[in-house]
Amino acid sequence: MDVIYLDNNATTKVAPEVIEAMLPYLSEYYGNPSSMHSFGGNVGAEIKVARQHVADLIGASPDEIIFTSCGTESDGTAIRAAIESNPTRKQIVTSRVEHPAIKNLYETLSKQGYHVTFVPVDNEGRLDLDYLYKSLNDDTAIVSLMWANNETGVIFPVEEISRQVKDRGITFHTDAVQVAGKIPIDVNNTGVDMLSLSGHKFHAPKGIGVLYIRRGTKFSPYMIGGHQEEGRRGGTENVASIIALGKAAELAKQHLEENSYACVSELRDKLETTLLERVTNSMVNGETKNRLPNTSSIAFEYVEGEAILLMMNEHGICASSGSACTSGSLEPSHVLRAMGVPFTAAHGSIRFSLSRYTTAAEIDFVIEKMPPIIARLRELSPFWKQKEKVNS
Amino acid sequence: MWEYTDKVKDHFLNPRNVGIIDDADGVGEVGSLACGDALTFYFKLDENGKIAEAKFQTFGCASAIASSSALTEMVKGLTLEEAKKITNEDLADYLGGLPKEKMHCSVMGRDALEKAISCHLGEAEKEVEGEIVCECFGVTDIEIDRVVRENHLSTIENVTDFVKAGGGCGNCHDRIQEIIDGIRGTVHPKRRNSPALTNLQKIKLIEESIEREINPNLKKDAGRLELVDVDGNRVLVRMGGNCASCIKSPVTLKHYVESKLRELVAPEIVVEEVP
Repeated sequence: MDVIYLDNNATTKVAPEVIEAMLPYLSEYYGNPSSMHSFGGNVGAEIKVARQHVADLIGASPDEIIFTSCGTESDGTAIRAAIESNPTRKQIVTSRVEHPAIKNLYETLSKQGYHVTFVPVDNEGRLDLDYLYKSLNDDTAIVSLMWANNETGVIFPVEEISRQVKDRGITFHTDAVQVAGKIPIDVNNTGVDMLSLSGHKFHAPKGIGVLYIRRGTKFSPYMIGGHQEEGRRGGTENVASIIALGKAAELAKQHLEENSYACVSELRDKLETTLLERVTNSMVNGETKNRLPNTSSIAFEYVEGEAILLMMNEHGICASSGSACTSGSLEPSHVLRAMGVPFTAAHGSIRFSLSRYTTAAEIDFVIEKMPPIIARLRELSPFWKQKEKVNS
Repeated sequence: MWEYTDKVKDHFLNPRNVGIIDDADGVGEVGSLACGDALTFYFKLDENGKIAEAKFQTFGCASAIASSSALTEMVKGLTLEEAKKITNEDLADYLGGLPKEKMHCSVMGRDALEKAISCHLGEAEKEVEGEIVCECFGVTDIEIDRVVRENHLSTIENVTDFVKAGGGCGNCHDRIQEIIDGIRGTVHPKRRNSPALTNLQKIKLIEESIEREINPNLKKDAGRLELVDVDGNRVLVRMGGNCASCIKSPVTLKHYVESKLRELVAPEIVVEEVP
């Protein structure tokens, strides 16, 4: 059975060009970039090229890029660096819809005496900017906000917010993991001091991340060790993955310049509008205007997400759900709850996330398979019958 | 991804006996949309008092649908006396087992069966029996007590897996622990009514009360209380999280924190905030 992969916000396929670029660094070019001999030194030179590609993707300078192991490490390093560099400041400002990569860190920090302010969102997933700006004060060590939400794709106005925050002399970090490669990023148009990326979200392998640190930003390393990454992140480089990331960044930039995401968003829109037409009692979660081009979170009322996913799985269709049952917790996604999505809809929310590899034929297949799946589960659901009785 | 047995997958993808029996002899409804799963179970008896037909409708995940389907198959041909003996473990066993986080699906099946039988016997729909412990999922102390005894559960996490209690805000964790301790015969320190505490005991008890009782409650509003010092009966605390900036925090401190500590530790306690 062919796999139809519409779960690209979870992880992406490694681009064939990327695999080709990295393979020699797992076999013949195994030198340590820190070595004095040219066998190692040549590897160091290739890392430099990769660093340049990553910097180019976000409009940064190569010396502002450090390689990490993943997005979570980048996020954690940024937050800890900010609070350690501002030891008298005890407040952290963030949103209620952040990724677990960073959300759970705040729980630990609150136990250590930090006050974390969680800025709410409205029912379209938009950030309450008034609340945000009013929360800022002399005690604020850092503001950290995701650039775009992984579940709904809703984009926060990070350019504007980061400038406002910077004007108040407060460090700003953004988790741009879902944004990289999907919409253009230019850190020069922002007040962003630190920014996290994750390779596997844009067609590099898992196990490689990036932290951008603007020149002049106070920083203290999280991983202390050798002189690698200018002493900002110790540990021998994950060479093959860095080369892979460089290639992935180069490809991502090309695709952004060629505007190939316009095709992705066309396919996404087709999927979304057709499903909404063909399936009654379905709706999009989050605003559709400022949204990632590849993401669509659709709520199917009166059915449960895990059951939907497993039926999709029978057709080889991969997606994810905001339902409680899929995560092991008993409550639906904190993002949907923060948006006030009613339980009837939250439990049956499915996230479709496309990539530049998604084809029109795949979308047509999903459009064909989804309505009968929802209809079948609604046949099973006692609420659906009750609802129909009420309406008739 | 959950590891479901082939039997669970089969009953999910090809559920047996889906539907409604219009002239049913017994109907049992459990769960709700908010909880994420719900089941309506119907049965019809033959002239010998045996279950001739059983049907269901379920909103929920794969294991909820599979458990419901399994239930309708298991009860066919049984008398009500025999059906009554089916436990949630029997249901899970019929399916070749369920992931532990999904055991509540088997409990839901058992509950629906019981309700349908009571309905047939004309027993008035029991008003919620016992006291609600978990407000998020509406679970009573009697239900928790039963599931702990029947399945030999020993932790709060177990209880959450079986009846969901404690899986939401977490405010009821203390009460669930008390029920478990009560059954297992362990004495909860909180309930000890010791007339004279040593200083060390007192500090420990204060710490424990803050962690187990007070902070989980303050956490609802993203607040937090930190114990700074204990000087005789003076308890010095620092307010953190949203409490630090909340104008109502002095009220919370006196009306809630102090009275709670007086109740749990000693009636002479005075709580003071330090910056």
